[in-house]
Amino acid sequence: MAGYSGKFLRINLSTGQIDQENLDIELAMKFIGGRGLAAYLLAQEIEPETEPLGPANKIIFATGPLTGSQAPTGGRYMVVTKSPLTGTIASSNSGGFWGTELKRAGYDLIIVEGKSDKPCYIYINDNTVQIKDAKKYWGKLVSETTDLLLQETGDSKARVLTIGPAGEKLALLACVMNDKYRAAGRSGVGAVMGSKGLKAIVVRGTGKLSSARDDETKKVLTNIRKKIRENDVTGKGLPTYGTSVLVNLINESGIYPTNNFQGAYFETADKTSGETLADKYLVKNVACFGCPIACGRYSRVDDVEGEGPEYETVWAYGADCGVDDLVAIIKANKWCNEYGLDTISAGATIACAMEMYEKGVIDSDEIDGPALKFGSGEAIVEWTRKMGAGEGFGAKLALGSYRLAEEYGVPELSMSVKKLELPAYDPRGVQGHGLQYATSNRGGCHVRGYMIAPEILGLPEKLDPSSIEGKAVWVKTFQDLTAVIDSLGLCLFTSFALGPDDYKDMFNAIVGQDWTTEALLEAGERIWNIERMFNLKAGISPEEDKLPRRLLTEPIPKGPCKGHVHRLPELLPEYYKERGWNEQGLPTEAKLIQLDIA
Amino acid sequence: MVVEVKLFATFREGRFNERELELPEESSLSDLLKYLKIPEKDAKIIIVNGLATSVEHKLSNHDVIAIFPPIAGG
Ligand code: SF4
Repeated sequence: MAGYSGKFLRINLSTGQIDQENLDIELAMKFIGGRGLAAYLLAQEIEPETEPLGPANKIIFATGPLTGSQAPTGGRYMVVTKSPLTGTIASSNSGGFWGTELKRAGYDLIIVEGKSDKPCYIYINDNTVQIKDAKKYWGKLVSETTDLLLQETGDSKARVLTIGPAGEKLALLACVMNDKYRAAGRSGVGAVMGSKGLKAIVVRGTGKLSSARDDETKKVLTNIRKKIRENDVTGKGLPTYGTSVLVNLINESGIYPTNNFQGAYFETADKTSGETLADKYLVKNVACFGCPIACGRYSRVDDVEGEGPEYETVWAYGADCGVDDLVAIIKANKWCNEYGLDTISAGATIACAMEMYEKGVIDSDEIDGPALKFGSGEAIVEWTRKMGAGEGFGAKLALGSYRLAEEYGVPELSMSVKKLELPAYDPRGVQGHGLQYATSNRGGCHVRGYMIAPEILGLPEKLDPSSIEGKAVWVKTFQDLTAVIDSLGLCLFTSFALGPDDYKDMFNAIVGQDWTTEALLEAGERIWNIERMFNLKAGISPEEDKLPRRLLTEPIPKGPCKGHVHRLPELLPEYYKERGWNEQGLPTEAKLIQLDIA
Repeated sequence: MVVEVKLFATFREGRFNERELELPEESSLSDLLKYLKIPEKDAKIIIVNGLATSVEHKLSNHDVIAIFPPIAGG
């Protein structure tokens, strides 16, 4: 059936067993694919209390029905597993080319189970699937591993997904990298691969992917491409300056967190902005598979070059650590890519350590590297390297800010939700976005319902960021729509130019269905609830729908949002109601029946 | 009156990054955009003293004005 390969791989690394199984397409469509389908499968196949780094956890690499299609940005895939960082469901999204290659090889997804007793990698060449020895790659950085694996397999057109040394050493901030520079970044998914002894998955696929209704697809996609091209943001803003063009806007809006969220306005933000990056260090723009937007940046400074840094990275290592040295940020970003670390959590954990150090909680005798002082470019670069290499105090940092702060008896200094470090927007000045942080199924994350779009960017319409009125409905709608986009296999950035009807049109034309927009959004809601149920069963109670105390009680000290705190207690009951959950935040039986997941 | 104007992204090309400007009393944002030769429809986000506002907004002495073309990221 168009859109779905109809097959998936189940690979057990304990036994070496490799099975090709048929995908139940009806079931797949109920959860769309990608993130949604993988969440369902994970919930079915593992006990929610499973130890995330034990052999009973599974890790799923899932494409969506539009991955590899001609739909613009259709190159995305998801890594879904139980997170060792948060204990919640993890679903990390990545672009590049790997997802498309997997689909072309004939598989919608791969379920990896068990644990190999020695380092291994999986090589998929269309129908031939092998588990191979990876001893010589263990310990190697991401770019070298990628090059060597391409050499060994002898196919320069193959695509490589790998972990770096951070994942091997079970750093809880480890990500999964593909195509050298693209990251399934959050929730520690790289450590799950590491715990299984799985270094990499190399894929080569030569199949052709078709769409169900050629004429309709052509017509729909012509219209979609036009919308993306003519939209000011996707046609101009993102291609010209990349994501870090946001630095100045978020700063001028007074919601740009500085020094571990102690402030929200960074005087020298412009020194690290997308404009400065373009001026000084940009080599070229880069795009993921099938993407006309090309928001990626390839930068060079001294002997360091590669993709990035993205907006979030610039913030985490920049303002959040009080650093305005773009060269140091580019170097820290490079270490993250090479060692396989989530740039947001890694930078934010260093920021937390800096506050602890400056407050005297961490003693200078305890650390075997540069002083953890806000503003130190040297510190962000060297501590990132040490985190990646699991060296000395760096190994402690690599477990994330929550575990670090808790160990020292100051958990309130970890700016995280459900132990996942918050990204680059201070919720005290954007109420809807803060609600979304508190309720995101994977913890402190901005891309589960990007409320910055309406609250700051005015997309699709401008909302007052400091108001709480009507925000619960917006958050729910954005969360459900995002679940749809992730599950289809498209990039979230398309949503700056497209609306729900556009996704419905692409899905219908390519898969050959006649869904309504409501049905598609209901599938998004179903996915949201499946993830929520997984978390509840895993012991993540609704009490975890919260924000760090600082953001609820300490007003922003200066800048445009001076005096603001987040008003979560007022927002949460309305959100639960909008979701059809009870007052305690538990999905009701009626809601689960309505969504057909009771 | 004197206002501080900050320009971003493509608006910097051929103009400036940040500058103090002397404007006639009672000037509005619309007048400022005309002076800067920025078409109103292109100035998608305007922030005066930290608050997003529209082109009709009347300016006051010492206002800090940030003007952005349509941008996004994430
Ligand atoms: S918009 Fe950027 S991140 Fe999204 S698919 Fe295109 S290049 Fe990749």
